[in-house]
Amino acid sequence: MKEEIIIAGFGGQGVLSMGKILAYAGLMDNLEVTWMPAYGPEQRGGTANVTVILSDEPISSPVLDKYDTAVILNQQSLDKFESKVKPGGTLIYDPYSIHHAPERTDITVIPVEAMEATFELGNSKTYNMILLGALLKARNLLPDEAVIRGLKKTLPERHHHLIPLNQQAIDKGRDLVK
Amino acid sequence: MEEVKLMKGNEAIAHAAIRAGIDGYFGYPITPQSEVLETLEAEMPWRTTGMVVLQAESEVAAINMVYGGAAAGKAVMTSSSSPGISLKQEGISYIAAAELPALIVNVMRGGPGLGTIQPSQADYFQATKGGGHGDYHLIVLSPASVQEMADFVVEGIDLSFKYRTPVMILADGVVGQMMEKVVLPPFRPRRTDEQVREQCPWAAMGKGDRKHRNIVTSLELDPAPMEVNNERLQATYKRIAENEARCKEFYTDDAEYLIVAFGSIARISLKAIEEMREMGIKVGLLRPVTLWPFPTKEIERLSKQVKGILTVELNAGQMIEDVKLAAECKIPVHHFGRMGGIVPNPGEITHAFLSAFPEAKQN
Repeated sequence: MKEEIIIAGFGGQGVLSMGKILAYAGLMDNLEVTWMPAYGPEQRGGTANVTVILSDEPISSPVLDKYDTAVILNQQSLDKFESKVKPGGTLIYDPYSIHHAPERTDITVIPVEAMEATFELGNSKTYNMILLGALLKARNLLPDEAVIRGLKKTLPERHHHLIPLNQQAIDKGRDLVK
Repeated sequence: MEEVKLMKGNEAIAHAAIRAGIDGYFGYPITPQSEVLETLEAEMPWRTTGMVVLQAESEVAAINMVYGGAAAGKAVMTSSSSPGISLKQEGISYIAAAELPALIVNVMRGGPGLGTIQPSQADYFQATKGGGHGDYHLIVLSPASVQEMADFVVEGIDLSFKYRTPVMILADGVVGQMMEKVVLPPFRPRRTDEQVREQCPWAAMGKGDRKHRNIVTSLELDPAPMEVNNERLQATYKRIAENEARCKEFYTDDAEYLIVAFGSIARISLKAIEEMREMGIKVGLLRPVTLWPFPTKEIERLSKQVKGILTVELNAGQMIEDVKLAAECKIPVHHFGRMGGIVPNPGEITHAFLSAFPEAKQN
């Protein structure tokens, strides 16, 4: 098993933390993992992306030019990464902030109304967890139990009361993928 | 068995420092290595091992605190990134001249000048050819993984005491910022004053019942003894060069071409090599683990086997000079690099290789 994933959007959308939870979940599932961020000096705004590789064999390069799966949160990232999904790969995106939908027909394109779902959940900070849920379902990546353990490792203990909300958001994301 | 953890290379440096029994860390924040100081401050090792962690008022102050700690026989270290390491060069030269152990970590970013915060390897010349003034060398270790970031802290401080010379971990922003699995080194206690007195008879830690005073200095105005000091340094460097050069080879057994790359870009090159091998092109990788001393003998040996060498570096072509010296200009040696913080991907490296050696494809 080897999954090469890019998650890309604006800084502040939770791109890096989503990748971090995914990486921790991979660690909990005894996989080899790399988490390689790329972002500017800004804390908010600007583009941010993270490459996460999950593999049952040692990983050579943490930097890639082709991905099995892309999770796209804004138009700039779609423009940059649509062409870099491997043929037969998967592209997950939120149509909320996209003006030009993906055009490729040789990959599986999955629109996920994550922003809409945050309104239902009543918490905009669940955005990245909804997309994580969608990714886990679409690619059948990791067992639930590993993801929750990953969340526990990533969140500082003072935030552990938020784990049920995050779990709810992940489930919501799973439901959004048919 | 030790727990497997997931962390950034910079965080691994900090945790390894505490576990290695380091007595003092003196630093000043700069991206992309600020997590070293941040992690140490969060861990508060002064409450557990007694390790001192101090944010100095500047890089110059930090390196001189290292100089002072090292003179007292303490295991001390500092870390910074390229512009900050430039500021430390005077102190590094003094520490080398005074024959003191110390560990310096440079998580390189794009330069020259203040440059960018993105990864680079443009400080190769500075690290391996001097950096500060005078005839001196550092032992330079080049980590390519978070595991090596942790391991080289222990190996680095031990080498620095073995040879009484400063050691540099020359990392880049990729290994500093990326997260992957790591098993941290086991805890070992800091040395007691008695142990320091016994193991470091040169340390300036109070005269005690010794007959003489230990004086640590890099100053010697009389040229005759200063030349003797230099000869002693050169003898040390000769011993280091004979014993400590290290490299790792991948797919070199049947290689017809060779890529030489260090640090993170070596791993990106390895992915390119795996893709080229699928195309039937027999390329191997040599990754220098020590940049000084340089693995000249291994490259010389492989230069008799392969038809050409490509060096891949995050700079304008620095290590290529050492590779050319090793290959003695008997085969073509080309360079591919990106500068200013740009990190090439595996596809770009394959393209660069095929542009340098188009004949490799036809075989």
